[in-house]
Amino acid sequence: MARSASRRRKTVVTLAAWTVGLLIFFPILWTFLTSFKTEGDAIASPPKFLFFDWTLENYGAVQDRSDYLKHFWNSVVMSVGSTLAALAIAIPAAWSMAFVPGRRTKDLLMWMLSTKMMPAVGVLVPMYLMFRDTGLLDTRIGLVIVLTLVNLPIVVWMLYTYFKEIPGEILEAARMDGASLRAEILYVLTPMAVPGIASTVLLNIILAWNEAFWTLNLTAAKAAPLTAFIASYSSPEGLFYAKLSAASTMAIAPILVMGWFSQKQLVRGLTFGAVK
Amino acid sequence: MGRIVLDKVAKRFGDVEVIPPLDLAIENGQFVVFVGPSGCGKSTLLRLVAGLEDVTGGTISIDGQDATMMPPARRGLAMVFQSYALYPHMTVRKNIAFPLRMAGASAEEQARKVSAAAEVLNLTAYLDRRPGQLSGGQRQRVAIGRAIVREPSAFLFDEPLSNLDAALRVGMRLEISELHNRLKTTMIYVTHDQVEAMTMADKIVVLNAGRIEQVGSPLELYRSPRNRFVAGFIGSPKMNFIEGAEAAKQGAAAIGIRPEHIAVSSAGGLWRGTIGVSEHLGSDTFFNVNGTGLGAAITVRAGGEVDLHHGDTVWLTPEADKIHRFDREGQRIA
Repeated sequence: MARSASRRRKTVVTLAAWTVGLLIFFPILWTFLTSFKTEGDAIASPPKFLFFDWTLENYGAVQDRSDYLKHFWNSVVMSVGSTLAALAIAIPAAWSMAFVPGRRTKDLLMWMLSTKMMPAVGVLVPMYLMFRDTGLLDTRIGLVIVLTLVNLPIVVWMLYTYFKEIPGEILEAARMDGASLRAEILYVLTPMAVPGIASTVLLNIILAWNEAFWTLNLTAAKAAPLTAFIASYSSPEGLFYAKLSAASTMAIAPILVMGWFSQKQLVRGLTFGAVK
Repeated sequence: MGRIVLDKVAKRFGDVEVIPPLDLAIENGQFVVFVGPSGCGKSTLLRLVAGLEDVTGGTISIDGQDATMMPPARRGLAMVFQSYALYPHMTVRKNIAFPLRMAGASAEEQARKVSAAAEVLNLTAYLDRRPGQLSGGQRQRVAIGRAIVREPSAFLFDEPLSNLDAALRVGMRLEISELHNRLKTTMIYVTHDQVEAMTMADKIVVLNAGRIEQVGSPLELYRSPRNRFVAGFIGSPKMNFIEGAEAAKQGAAAIGIRPEHIAVSSAGGLWRGTIGVSEHLGSDTFFNVNGTGLGAAITVRAGGEVDLHHGDTVWLTPEADKIHRFDREGQRIA
């Protein structure tokens, strides 16, 4: 009795999980399918699911109209650059908060996180003006700076939780062994925290890759990443769903592939500390 | 070299004074043990010497140099931690070589010193393993190896054997003592285990609530404890304390007598009582004798083969010259 009940339960839970998974995945699947339709099929009613004239013409059209590789490269520079810059700031910051906490460390962490609670548009005008006056508008370096700052709280928080798991005695041993602060962080702390740092890097690259608010508002042509590339298909041209879908698919494909290969790291990283 | 002098060293954590100002001199080559109950400040005191904590008052000098403000790396000391604190991502070889690497030693020098240390500690076969693949005793030896290669002016041990099982602990105790005999380097060893203190130390520092209760050789502490705390802490099983009329007869507020200094007889003696719990160790037997009218039960040591059992009536006679007398404040009366 008990066994069959638990088997039924397992089936139900599995079905529910698949349903939720498919629901979440559906828009992406639909975008992917639409990118292979003609513009006519794309807006057909009732919608055509799998039986339509498959075509690659949208991809050709998109590539003809805009330089995908340029946007792709901008996205790579922006996400990798901002991640590396954030790490360079966050590793020492997380080190000090995890191993030499002061009385205000907890408040500091909360305060940093609170900056993520504010709607970004609230500081758009001052940011825009600062970027304009410093000549950072529509530059890659400008994007790297803004994305570093936007994601820094999350990077510090994640690293802080990983570092907290590392026994302080090991760092003290390094200090006794004659390691300078730099050597202690470089040769002892960082290698021990590699799994945590790796998942932080992955998550941050994904966040930066998908960031749309600042990238759309602070770029025009030169530094525009893939988010701007997609956006350019949505508004001015009316309803070219098939081309928009082709552009979206091209924009999300790299990060999807990366996420697929690193999902083990990501899951481990995101649940780290939660299940001990 | 390795002469360490603490002058009015004090430590507070916020409003809590964990170590009131204390003075202590540790001579070159001595094996000094800090012993005391948990929370007595012995580990904190060691960490102050190491430089892992900052003093809030006083000075620490190492080999005549003021080291009070020196960072740990520059004090020339090596430390072995209770948790071993090995670098889990490095092989044994790299763990042991780490201090040499930090000191900028050549690859050739690193290899030579690591293999010499591994030889001494029987670790040669494990040099390419990681700490996670070693037993507790082996890990502790790696930690000691890492300390040896630095050729420090003093070794600091923070309860290094607490994580080992009893049999291994005795073995490692001997190894550390042998190491001291061979290297003749100053060692400071922190433990809460008075047996470790008695067996290893040249000099024992008994700490209680951050204060030094007494400093002396193991036998000095055993023979003439300065107060009731030391008397009760040093020696196993614990010294018996008797208060009241029996103590007053000796002109003291309390008298203390160790279990091994009381003769047990079924024929006759000074105090009469009944055997309660008895512990047979083979070599010795410890009896808990109740109903003597002296207050608490009296623990006595008898030979291993003594034919006495629970409920038997026995007579106890203390050796008169081994009785310790204490005044009302718990201080020894000479």
